[in-house]
Amino acid sequence: MTLKTSLLRQLAPWSLPILLLAFWQAASSFGWLSTRILPSPWAVVAAFIALSASGELWQHVQVSTLRALSGFVIGGGLGLLLGLLTGALKTAETLLDSTLQMIRNIPPLALIPLVILWFGIDEEAKLFLVSLGVFFPIYINTFHGIRAIDKGLIEMGKSYGLSAGGLYREIILPGALPSILVGVRFSLGFMWVILIVAETISAQSGIGYMTMNAREFLQTDVVLLGILLYALLGKLADVLAKGLERVSLRWHPSYQNSH
Amino acid sequence: MNNDALEQQALRQASAGQGLALHLEALHKAYGSRPVLERLDLQIEPGEFVAIVGRSGCGKSTLLRLIAGLEIPSAGSVRVGGRSGPGAHPGLRFMFQDPRLLPWRRVLANVALGLSPAERPRAQEVLAQVGLAERAGEWPAALSGGQRQRVALARALVHEPAALLLDEPLGALDALTRIEMQQLIEDLWRRRGFTAVLVTHDVAEAVALADRVILIEAGRITLDERVNLPRPRHRGSPAFAALEEHILNRVLQRPGSAPQEEDPHPAAALDLDALRWAV
Ligand SMILES: Nc1ncnc2c1ncn2[C@@H]1O[C@H](COP(=O)(O)OP(=O)(O)OP(=O)(O)O)[C@@H](O)[C@H]1O
Ligand SMILES: [Mg+2]
Repeated sequence: MTLKTSLLRQLAPWSLPILLLAFWQAASSFGWLSTRILPSPWAVVAAFIALSASGELWQHVQVSTLRALSGFVIGGGLGLLLGLLTGALKTAETLLDSTLQMIRNIPPLALIPLVILWFGIDEEAKLFLVSLGVFFPIYINTFHGIRAIDKGLIEMGKSYGLSAGGLYREIILPGALPSILVGVRFSLGFMWVILIVAETISAQSGIGYMTMNAREFLQTDVVLLGILLYALLGKLADVLAKGLERVSLRWHPSYQNSH
Repeated sequence: MNNDALEQQALRQASAGQGLALHLEALHKAYGSRPVLERLDLQIEPGEFVAIVGRSGCGKSTLLRLIAGLEIPSAGSVRVGGRSGPGAHPGLRFMFQDPRLLPWRRVLANVALGLSPAERPRAQEVLAQVGLAERAGEWPAALSGGQRQRVALARALVHEPAALLLDEPLGALDALTRIEMQQLIEDLWRRRGFTAVLVTHDVAEAVALADRVILIEAGRITLDERVNLPRPRHRGSPAFAALEEHILNRVLQRPGSAPQEEDPHPAAALDLDALRWAV
């Protein structure tokens, strides 16, 4: 009895999406909904099976993922490096921070026309845009993470004989980590948004290219598949970032009960 | 040759277990226009145990921070082991008023902070001495306030300092653990011979542990009382109680604070004097 109710309670949140999906499928099957507007859910599944069987899908996913990751590594790495520098060194802050804050006000996507002029529609254009988009969330959160570290802990570290390296390793980096990881999560979300736009505008491969290509041939099922893939990859990145937080912030009181 | 050998021996003795001498001269510290310490002079011998008492906000922590090189004097000088100047003396350890444990390091790693790999096994030993051996693998957030203080105490002791500054180290402890920790500090101090400066609100604690009790009022030392009771000291003894009462009276500025002068409460004063010289 109680087992049944708890099972029901777990299933309850899923009932509405399942109902909608069933309704959607019915609407397409009975011709109430034109496939030009929205393909049936089953058609999306069929497109997925066909495209993955031919290997085309995986190639696009691979290209997009590689772009996203290399942009993330370049932009995120630079953001982390500069954030650590300006956060810890007063001279670096006065030299760099106000310049960076000014550049931050430019939305990366506003640069697209300029970027196309500079790089054409080659890989560099997308890499540049993604790196730029990823850079600022990580830079700013690293900077503020370091600034927010309890000064008493740094004083303690110094008076307990830690070297500059030891101070970084024992106190500054771990102390700034929660904030850095917030930046990572934020920039991972941003990374996909920028890549979607960049790939949609100009690309010869990747998920964005696949969907734009399909649009020309009115293959709404493939378009929808591309959209769902982006959603899935975005979710995956978020889950990974959350996992990273859980592992590296085990000491944090807000993670303590969940082990 | 002979002279050389003697000097060597003296040096070895100085580095092994002997404490650092502390010399404060005309020390002045002000924050903005508000003076905290004014022309304060204090000489502490190597290996001496000095307790500092005084009302909240009188500058006890400031004094310790000056000795530890964490504050720069507005005027005057601080010499630790003959050395003055910026930064802390490497042989000096400061146990802060708040525990200041690293929340992202487990208890044992907190105690071992700043130790070389070879010295690291000592951390577990000292942790056992403060009674927290079985909590070594936990996060500081999982400890009680008193347990955190004991971890901080272990972290200060593990370095085997030549001078140890303790800023109300036992404030958050219950009476029993407090006495245990006092005994631990006294034990280690007697064995290792470091110089100890203890700030405390508890006059009984000061009398139990210190060779000298110093009272700070209005930025100056207004009482510098030698405690000539034999160790280990017994809190129940009349001499102990009399001295405690005397210092407490002086802190509270109650009459009966100056035993040598004409006194409205001669009994306590007399007792004290008699007993002080009897031991
Ligand atoms: N960084 C600072 N800036 C300004 N004023 C300060 C600073 N540090 C301490 N003070 C002032 O100096 C005075 C002495 O402070 P201190 O912390 O030394 O007191 P204390 O004797 O240790 O008190 P308690 O027993 O409450 O710990 C206080 O009036 C305090 O407000
Ligand atoms: Mg204080």
